[in-house]
Amino acid sequence: MAVFFFKRLGLAFLVALFVSVLSFFMLRAAGDPAIAMAGEGPTAADIEFIREQFGFNRPIFVQYFSWLGNALTGDFGESSYFGKPVSQLIFERLPITLGLGVSALIFSILLAVPLGMLAAVNPNSLIDRIALSVSVLGQAMPNFWFALMLIVIFAVWYPVLPASGNAEWRHFVMPTIVLGYYATPAIMRLTRSGMLEVLNADYIRTAHAKGIPVSRVLIKHAMRNAILPVVSIASVQFGYMLGGSIIIESIFALHGIGQLAWESISRADLPTVQAIVLILSLIYVGLNYVADLVNAWLDPRIRIA
Amino acid sequence: MNTTSNMSTAPDFTRDLEIVAPLTPRQVFVRRAGRHPGFLFGVGVILAITALALLAPLLTPHDPFAQDLINRLQPPVWMDRGTWDHPLGTDHLGRDYLSRLFFGAQFSLLIGFSAMVISGFIGTSLGVVAGYFGGRVDMVVTFLVTARLSMPIVLIALAVAALLGSSLTIVILILGLLLWDRFAVVARSKTMQLRDADYLMSAQALGMSRRRIILSEILPNIMDAVIVVATLEMAHAILLEAALSFLGLGVQPPLPSWGLMIAEGKDFILFESWLIMIPGAALLLLVLAINLLGDGLRDITSPEARS
Repeated sequence: MAVFFFKRLGLAFLVALFVSVLSFFMLRAAGDPAIAMAGEGPTAADIEFIREQFGFNRPIFVQYFSWLGNALTGDFGESSYFGKPVSQLIFERLPITLGLGVSALIFSILLAVPLGMLAAVNPNSLIDRIALSVSVLGQAMPNFWFALMLIVIFAVWYPVLPASGNAEWRHFVMPTIVLGYYATPAIMRLTRSGMLEVLNADYIRTAHAKGIPVSRVLIKHAMRNAILPVVSIASVQFGYMLGGSIIIESIFALHGIGQLAWESISRADLPTVQAIVLILSLIYVGLNYVADLVNAWLDPRIRIA
Repeated sequence: MNTTSNMSTAPDFTRDLEIVAPLTPRQVFVRRAGRHPGFLFGVGVILAITALALLAPLLTPHDPFAQDLINRLQPPVWMDRGTWDHPLGTDHLGRDYLSRLFFGAQFSLLIGFSAMVISGFIGTSLGVVAGYFGGRVDMVVTFLVTARLSMPIVLIALAVAALLGSSLTIVILILGLLLWDRFAVVARSKTMQLRDADYLMSAQALGMSRRRIILSEILPNIMDAVIVVATLEMAHAILLEAALSFLGLGVQPPLPSWGLMIAEGKDFILFESWLIMIPGAALLLLVLAINLLGDGLRDITSPEARS
């Protein structure tokens, strides 16, 4: 287990490093940051001043290493638009996004896992069809459009929920549904196929033959094994949701990290954009690492392979 | 029919029939496709939307760019005040919504298809090479896929589009360069399954070059799976294009992209909600059809993979 632990940790570290290089150079290659930050109608002196101030005139590798070195100590520089340290901005906004992500994940699991189980236990039944429709629709639905449609229905036609803001829990209901529904198809399909596979296993037949009540066989014997792959897909989906929150937060005016990303992108606030890309990638890598460990702990076969 | 055994464990008779009466692969395909409602629906809708998109200049009643400020925000024909002159109404600049919808289909299809071709080329090449050569090459490709999956693509696509300045070509390139991961994963695992096949051994024994083995032996045999991924990724690209355009960083006005139409209709959400419903429903229908086509193709080409 220790070997597995460290091997995976090394890999996660390498991935994180590589992603930081890639995102840094990709954003730099996309355009001259000084010109983008200078805004409308800058003079050559303005641009030169920004280059000087943010150090864009140094060789790009020097810039990368100094950025990375500072980032490791939690210093992401100063936001060119908000005029505050980037780390402070992110620290203020991250809780809202994480809260939204967690509630969306819970919503998604509560919807997807029972539905996937029921669908697997009664294949080709009505509930299986419903589950399939929910997942097919979820994959095809543009999430920004779904968000707007919820606003039309629950804030315009039947005004029961607030359309924007983040003052109380009611503001989080619609964003949670939109973001959670986005993750539902993947989780449900995996639950269903995992459950179907497990239900055909010999030990389930043995359990039935022993006369154990059906509900107990399903929950205690089948579910425990079927749920394994769901752990990793749930962590992957959580990462996607954090990335997808940029659209949802800007629609519902939630002041989370997604909206911060959107604001800093539209203001060419490069230090903030870079910091958010790095942090979201790190969260994703970290989640995957934890999911790997949880899986290895649940299923000894993974540790050896 | 076998009446003694439990129905849920009864063998699949259609599969036995195909073995008894030998059919050409094409006949099997047609026969299975004809029985697959999702596939038929997908093909039908995609053909219809493609036809509308290609024939848009002939079919549309109005110029999609012509503004008519006196007749702005006219409702669709099924609502009060709606007229057949503008069957889907007009937008905030008085442009005919039906015409914009048809022309918008061109952008969705063009961007989705082109991005899919680029990402398919990148991903399939990486996957086949990794699966065929294995070892270090495989390790590098797997690492690249892991890294790519760890990056928040919506955020990166937006940031790059904002910094480069958005245009049709740039949107296609961004999506194409970001969406290759699933191609790589599937091509890799399919190639690995083939690696020890007898016909690859004999091709090698005959002295075929590696390049030729990959191009003429492996590629045709993994094509089924790659095409399935291609449909799903095309749907993915269409959704992302709509999201980019919705946020103002995709297709630029006055061009009619469905995502952009939703963004422009967003300001009229209180009273003219059909402005966002119509392009959104079109988007949903198109993506749904492509996904159903992909799922159908998977069921038809490899029934054993059905979950």
